[in-house]
Amino acid sequence: MADMKNHSMKRRRIITDVIVHVFLTIMAVIWLIPFVWLIAHSFREEPGQFCETFFPTAYTLNNYKQLFTDFEIMNFPRMFMNTLTIAIFSCLISTVFVLSVSYCTSRVKWRMRKPYMNMAMILNLFPGFMTMVAVYFILKAMGLTEGRMIPIALIICFSAGSGTGFYVMKGYMDTIPKALDEAAYLDGATKWQVFTKITIPLCKPMIVYQLITSFMGPWVDFIFAKVIVRADARYFTVSIGLWNMLEKEYVEDWFTRFCAGSVLVAIPISLLFIVTQKFYQEAMSGSVKG
Amino acid sequence: MSNELTKADARRKRKASKRSDTLLKALQHGGPVVWLSCLIMGLGNLFAGQIVKGILFAAMEAAMILFMVRPMGGIHWLSMLPGLGEVETKEIWDEEQGVFVYEIGDNSQLILLYGVATAILLVAFVIMWRASVRSGYKALSMKRSGKHVPNIIEDIKSLFDANVHKLLMTPPFLGLLIFTIVPLIYMITMAFTNYSKVDSHLILFDWVGLENFRALFNGSTVIGRQFWSVLQWTLVWAFFATFLNFFFGTFVAMIINRPTTRLKGMWRTILSLTIAVPQFVSLLVIRTMFKDLGIVNSLLVDWGVLAKGDFLPFMTNATWARVFVIVINLWVGIPYTVMQVTGILKNIPAEQYESARLDGANVVQQFRHITLPYMIFVLTPYLITQFTGNINNFNVIYLLTGGNPVQNGMSAGETDLLVTWLYKLSVDNQRYNIAAVIGIFTFIVLSIVALVTYRSSGSYKDEEGFR
Repeated sequence: MADMKNHSMKRRRIITDVIVHVFLTIMAVIWLIPFVWLIAHSFREEPGQFCETFFPTAYTLNNYKQLFTDFEIMNFPRMFMNTLTIAIFSCLISTVFVLSVSYCTSRVKWRMRKPYMNMAMILNLFPGFMTMVAVYFILKAMGLTEGRMIPIALIICFSAGSGTGFYVMKGYMDTIPKALDEAAYLDGATKWQVFTKITIPLCKPMIVYQLITSFMGPWVDFIFAKVIVRADARYFTVSIGLWNMLEKEYVEDWFTRFCAGSVLVAIPISLLFIVTQKFYQEAMSGSVKG
Repeated sequence: MSNELTKADARRKRKASKRSDTLLKALQHGGPVVWLSCLIMGLGNLFAGQIVKGILFAAMEAAMILFMVRPMGGIHWLSMLPGLGEVETKEIWDEEQGVFVYEIGDNSQLILLYGVATAILLVAFVIMWRASVRSGYKALSMKRSGKHVPNIIEDIKSLFDANVHKLLMTPPFLGLLIFTIVPLIYMITMAFTNYSKVDSHLILFDWVGLENFRALFNGSTVIGRQFWSVLQWTLVWAFFATFLNFFFGTFVAMIINRPTTRLKGMWRTILSLTIAVPQFVSLLVIRTMFKDLGIVNSLLVDWGVLAKGDFLPFMTNATWARVFVIVINLWVGIPYTVMQVTGILKNIPAEQYESARLDGANVVQQFRHITLPYMIFVLTPYLITQFTGNINNFNVIYLLTGGNPVQNGMSAGETDLLVTWLYKLSVDNQRYNIAAVIGIFTFIVLSIVALVTYRSSGSYKDEEGFR
């Protein structure tokens, strides 16, 4: 009797296991389809937006080649370099800002600390693009929206507001024991020395996380870039360039190149994302011990 | 509770009265030099021997006065602010040269911007003025009582030690002030004007008081009707997007977490691809696949589900489009929930399940009475942030449907959220005033929700307790 019960329970578990794995497989397929389709069509030979079959009938490397050789309408390498420059500068500025604010809110006692944190929390809430038009007018009044100044305007857009994004870094700094600071003060260290010689080195994994996250911003944003760059193709970032390839007048010629370009952008960004996750987990699990 | 509050209040008061350098004290006990330093900034510091600091304060005042009185300076902009400019740009026929000459008139948008900027500069100046009077008083009383008055080198050194926060906070705060706070104030002022393409008020516009608010919240005007329907859809969207994601995400996370599920890491990695790949790539691809002539419809025809020439209007019929964005948002959002929930599931004490099993509870009962209450308890702040995040979910809507389909003569589409509509109103339709009102409305709603949640959440209250 007990044997039979055991037997039926085992059978039931096997059946559930099978159902679960079938279900997960179906989900995985659904989650992968758009990416498989994107990669397949980046190698498609025939042009055009629509294709009758899921997999293309003929493959070619031309789409990738054209991205790097045909600069008549859109210059993909230049877009890539534009975005890279903007990303490097804005990630350096934002990381410095975030480190400064985190240190001051975590370690220094000052009168406006709590008011500042409350203000940052409220400002954080509402998406930057809500005041985007106002930001554009301000940048225009500063003369930063024409020609060569456009990249500077974009760098400002991506980094000027980073003083509110200190929560994760501050939380991490809070875990560093205060005793370390106090020992340094006893040895005659100034707060600046504590900041640069103790706090920053201890925050390394978090700094890498912060650097990469803010580096990725300009690559994935298209709202700010679209409003500020507008039609000046010389200063397109990759996201606007790719978006433009899907505009009505280009899409029939450019769709397969859009796919190729998307693959070229998505691969490094995804890899960077995986790296951030690694550093984030490392920072969270291995928080500093006294 | 109230006892604690009064204690805190008392402590604060004691602290305030202990501060030797308040403005009031400076004025009461300062004497003639301090009083004069209210007019000429830096005088107190000069008399106390802090030459460089005194000169810096004085220079600041001189620069401010210069900026205010020069033509096209601060006073000019402030005086234009109430009227926002009246002079139209005129075309005058120049007989001698035989061409039209343009006489540039006023530009209300610039007047408003410079006016707002001047006002903020004035506020900043008043803060500096207060600081200068206090600093002069402090230096003088130190000198009087025979203490050492810090010179400029010591002052600079203190920026790296006791005053390090002044050094470190200034650049980030200036960034926030100029590119977040000023735009915010500027946008708020726009809501009270008729700055809009309607009746061509793009160059010259006026203050109109609360008219835009009245027009927008009044359900009988065209714009008001659109507002209420967009608001309604925004809330419906945020509700479904948040809770469907939460339930399906939790379900998937639990399935992956089952002890007998194999390849746990692989399933999670596949799901997190959606997070890793930039949304403008993945969502634009999905948009192409689901177009009327896209691959999904072609395949449905191939498989005989649809007749040849037929298609499913994923993004061209209002109801289809709304369901479509919610479903695609599941594709985007479930991986986030899985990532979030996996960690929490591991934290539920195993003994609880153990004892439940001993009492004969089955899997469903365990889920209902242990897992779900625990998750809701832990994840309520997360759910509320998700909800506000979805109200602001610009990417999914803008990249997938762009707010379409749009009815004739409307600026808002059937899938437009408040934020995407705001974007369209300001970027495409140039109705800046209405866009500003929507911005203010969204901002107020969001900040109330967020303040209530964060203030009641543990991490905010325990911030001090942690140390």
